[in-house]
Amino acid sequence: MSTAGTSESSRIDGQSQLGVGATLRRGFQLSPELKVGLWLTVGLALVATVGRVVIPFVVQQATDNGIQAEGGPDVGFVLTAIGIAAGVVLVTSLAQYAVNVRLFRAAESGLATLRLKAFRHIHDLSVLTQSTERRGALVSRVTSDVDTISMFVQFGGLMLLVSSAQIVLATILMVVYSPVLAAVVYLCLFPLVLLVRRLQPVLGRSYGAVRERVGDLLGAISEAIVGATTIRAYGVEDRTATRIDGAIEAHRRSAIGAQVRSVMAFASGQTFAGVTTAVVLVVGTVLASRGDLTLGELLAFLFLVNLFTQPVLMATEIFTEMQNAVAGWRRVIGVIDTPADVADPGADGVVLDRGPITIDFEGVWFAYPGGEPVLRDVDLRIEPHTRVAVVGQTGSGKTTLAKLLTRLMDPSDGAVRLDGTDLREVSFASLRQRVVLVPQEGFLFDDDLAGNIRFARPEATDEELALAITELGLDSWVDGLPHGLATQVGQRGESLSAGERQLVAIARAYLADPDLLVLDEATSAVDPATEVRVQRALEGLTTGRTSVAIAHRLSTAEAADLVVVVDAGRIVELGPHRELVGQGGVYARMHRSWAAQQSSG
Amino acid sequence: MSAPASSAPVPRPVADRAVLRRGLRVIWGGMRAQRRPVSVAVAGSVLWAAATVGTAGAIGWLTAEVVEPAVGARRIEAAGLWTIFGVLVAVLVVNVTGVILRRVYATIAGFNLQADYRQRVTRQYLRLPLSWHHAHPSGQLLSNAHADVEATWQVFNPLPMAIGVIFMLVIAGTMMVLVDPLLAVLGLLVFPGLFAANLVFQRVMSPRITRAQQLRAEVAEVAHESFEAGLVVKAMGREDQETERFRAKTYELRDALILVGRTRGVFEPVIEAIPTLGTLAVLGVGTWQVSRGDLEAADVVQMAYLFSILAFPVRALGWVLAEIPRSVVGHDRVQHVLQAQGGMAYGSAALTRVSPASSRLAGVTYAHAGEERPTIRGVSLDIPSGGTVALVGPTGSGKSTLANLTLRLVDADTGSVRLDGVEARDLARGQLPASAALVAQQTFMFDDTVRGNITLGEDSDDEAVWESLRIAQADEFVRSLPAGLDTVIGERGGTLSGGQRQRIALARSVWRRPRLLVLDDATSAVDPSVEQAILTGLREARGGMTVLVVAYRLATILLADEVVYLEHGAVVDQGTHGELLGRCRGYADLVQAYSREAAERAAVTRQEEGS
Repeated sequence: MSTAGTSESSRIDGQSQLGVGATLRRGFQLSPELKVGLWLTVGLALVATVGRVVIPFVVQQATDNGIQAEGGPDVGFVLTAIGIAAGVVLVTSLAQYAVNVRLFRAAESGLATLRLKAFRHIHDLSVLTQSTERRGALVSRVTSDVDTISMFVQFGGLMLLVSSAQIVLATILMVVYSPVLAAVVYLCLFPLVLLVRRLQPVLGRSYGAVRERVGDLLGAISEAIVGATTIRAYGVEDRTATRIDGAIEAHRRSAIGAQVRSVMAFASGQTFAGVTTAVVLVVGTVLASRGDLTLGELLAFLFLVNLFTQPVLMATEIFTEMQNAVAGWRRVIGVIDTPADVADPGADGVVLDRGPITIDFEGVWFAYPGGEPVLRDVDLRIEPHTRVAVVGQTGSGKTTLAKLLTRLMDPSDGAVRLDGTDLREVSFASLRQRVVLVPQEGFLFDDDLAGNIRFARPEATDEELALAITELGLDSWVDGLPHGLATQVGQRGESLSAGERQLVAIARAYLADPDLLVLDEATSAVDPATEVRVQRALEGLTTGRTSVAIAHRLSTAEAADLVVVVDAGRIVELGPHRELVGQGGVYARMHRSWAAQQSSG
Repeated sequence: MSAPASSAPVPRPVADRAVLRRGLRVIWGGMRAQRRPVSVAVAGSVLWAAATVGTAGAIGWLTAEVVEPAVGARRIEAAGLWTIFGVLVAVLVVNVTGVILRRVYATIAGFNLQADYRQRVTRQYLRLPLSWHHAHPSGQLLSNAHADVEATWQVFNPLPMAIGVIFMLVIAGTMMVLVDPLLAVLGLLVFPGLFAANLVFQRVMSPRITRAQQLRAEVAEVAHESFEAGLVVKAMGREDQETERFRAKTYELRDALILVGRTRGVFEPVIEAIPTLGTLAVLGVGTWQVSRGDLEAADVVQMAYLFSILAFPVRALGWVLAEIPRSVVGHDRVQHVLQAQGGMAYGSAALTRVSPASSRLAGVTYAHAGEERPTIRGVSLDIPSGGTVALVGPTGSGKSTLANLTLRLVDADTGSVRLDGVEARDLARGQLPASAALVAQQTFMFDDTVRGNITLGEDSDDEAVWESLRIAQADEFVRSLPAGLDTVIGERGGTLSGGQRQRIALARSVWRRPRLLVLDDATSAVDPSVEQAILTGLREARGGMTVLVVAYRLATILLADEVVYLEHGAVVDQGTHGELLGRCRGYADLVQAYSREAAERAAVTRQEEGS
């Protein structure tokens, strides 16, 4: 299970540490739609509330002064009252309908904006930060965590306002009827307020725990989905099931735990309502027996107590719901407020002209958070139109070099410059247009082949697409597919082999037409004949641009203008292939072993 | 996957009266599955209902018996006050006990059901064949196990209260009938009204909520795919387009939910207004009867009071009814997974040999689901016990599929796949993985420690783990990890390089000492010298292993006793490397590509220098 709590600077916040008030403020700030037209909604809600108070009041008047009027029922009065009440019901219903619709629209619009912001920010986080959280858990930040908030923003927030209004209204009426009894009611309320305040942080923690368990749950379930092949190949279905069951059980327990606590909050509200009624009746009877109050006034007051305790009960419920929403909000805000440590300089960013590209590594160091340096004091200049091959043992820092070069990560120290400009100052739009990385595992989308190749440049025409395929020498491969370019690649490209997926990734980058192409083991799973063909095509293509290829197969290095040999995070040798072979150093040894493998046939 | 039959869209419920019936059936099923907590919750709800009606009765009784005499006598005894307090508190205790029981046990029942269905759904994910997985987007499956299960059983939150309300209505109804049958009939007309309103609501709501739930899954799908593609999105600078894609779905979901809200927005005020209008009707008719002297004024007052205390709880019925379409839709989506057929059938045969396994494929044909053209066409392959066979062929020639067929990760359409002479389909579950291991092209790391990723939860001494890491040439870097074997790798392999993950995957298979090891281009991300060391280690350790290796590199191919050359899913030639080199043009072109390339380059360079 993920080790929550071991936070490093680049980890995604499990949840933000903001207080309840600050969370709500930040939440509203992130979803401005929640505030649009809120005052009108509040106004309409107050109309509905007044209506809800007035209806029973009119009914009560009809019974007290109509049906039970001294000297027999006053039919006219009752009918008038009924007519008024019916009118109020109509107005109330219409107002309530308007409130509902307006709230739903505001809430869903606001939450859609929140979803989008969180989604976008997750993409803006560095690769390193993204990889600290499981995909399933990341998905929960833009789905179920946001859904948790919706209940509160749809009903809760407004009901809280409305309930407060009703409480105020009922209080005024109570004071008018009997200030003493009103004081009694407030005395009874006092312990409830204390209790609810005590319970709030407890509830907050419980709901926070539930949200985390949901993240774990989705993470565990996604393992069974994404790891389906491995699980079957190793026959570890039972073990995986046990792990999932653990997450399901942990979620069930925490969810029930949180609910039980919220029931306790509600039950205390209920107790308050009951005790208040009892105390009011007792005190009221005493007052009435002393003649300070008529029996009718006492009964009317009991009715008001009901009007008062109802919204108080509602408010305790909403406070609970609010803690739930705040827990969801904290998770979403947690991700949105995680600093994007590799950030787009934005509008201040330098926009570079397209054309031949020069790269400089100046005293570059890199270490993963809490780890040993992976790159140590790297200095390297790559001239325009150069084809560079980076070679070295697994784990020597080659991929790190590629990631720094494409600014997927920033150096811990030193700088990488593009045409003399620090990469950190180049606008992303300009950078991604000029520099493209082809990773070892180029992800494919559930689309057809053409759609996947077009990913980098959706506006590319069919002719450009066909030309790219032809120039890369991939015609025979594409023709061999069941439906050519229209072949569906399946979930995660699983209908294609790993080698085929790499070919798609290369075609994708080729179509993107960057000034600097960085290939990180981009053909490692492709068969040698195809690889040689693709390599030659890329060479033809790269004559006009700069390219950096990281490769185990030294055929790439043989064809390069410059070979960079990396060992334990340092550049140990640098020069053209033939020169390095002549030097008899690390590269010469590597190449001998490679050549021996090739000729042993 | 070009729309295989199994990826047919989730069935959508027809929006008709059946929704209510089916919803009630889902609820009934859930209630039976959680008999005990549901019984307690319903009992609690009945207590609560009785106490709620009782409060009204108690206040009425106290007013008549204690308060009125006291006011009349202008004095009150302490005993009278204690009576008031005692009776009301007693009713309150019953009420609160009922509320606690009702809500706590309803919660327990609901979450038990959720947990139970999540278990069932994930069991299906583990049971169903890979072809089924490939036909369903990960995000959708995630949504089925989470959001849809939740949608199905959320109705259990308001359910016990609604049952209590029904009980309350029975009590109140009886009391009304006792007071005045005519007024009671009039009042109870409210309920057919509620029912009719609800029917209309269900009809309008079902298709809308179905669409919303579907879109919810689609939003999860886009998010899942997009986050998985994080590196590519970033490397190509496509954040804006991905956000656009997510925006489109999010906005569709938003609009669908607003539509759902609009429907609820109409339904709720109507449901709320109907009982109030009933109260007014009772008052009107009641006054008329009182004026004619047919009824006591107090009876009408009591009647109106009964209605007014019912008005709020009756809304709980509305909540349940409002949840039903969502519940049915969730249930349908979950059932789509639970009822998926085609899990691999297992026999009962066991593998008893201890010597290296032999594997034989005869006339095997295989087509991906939904494809007409087979990926594997009539392949026969014989891997003798203790032998090493290399599978060579151009990219996309079907090597990986063949490797998967050998281990019965997928079932052949025709032909037979045997291990130790036993038909693979006849083997009992777990037999094959116990004897054979696959190192796939693409590594998958569990969210676990290095040790956990190798032993996959089985007991092992660390020595054996280190030994397999050594063979996989992974011991050195694992030793340098912050917590060694206990370092948590995490789902995405954290900061490990592709080559490092491949080596851990390799160690995972070596640790099991399989009798058949299938390496599917398992060292593609490892540099040649390390690969050489791995192969040497395997050769030494391989005493008890039969090996099938998918390979491009000559060094790997040369380890094999026999080479099988594949093109377009069919075996073109097989024999030793030397034999194939001599007689198979395609094979020679493939394996000699690098040296030919090097030679050509050298020639070009010489020419350039010569000129």
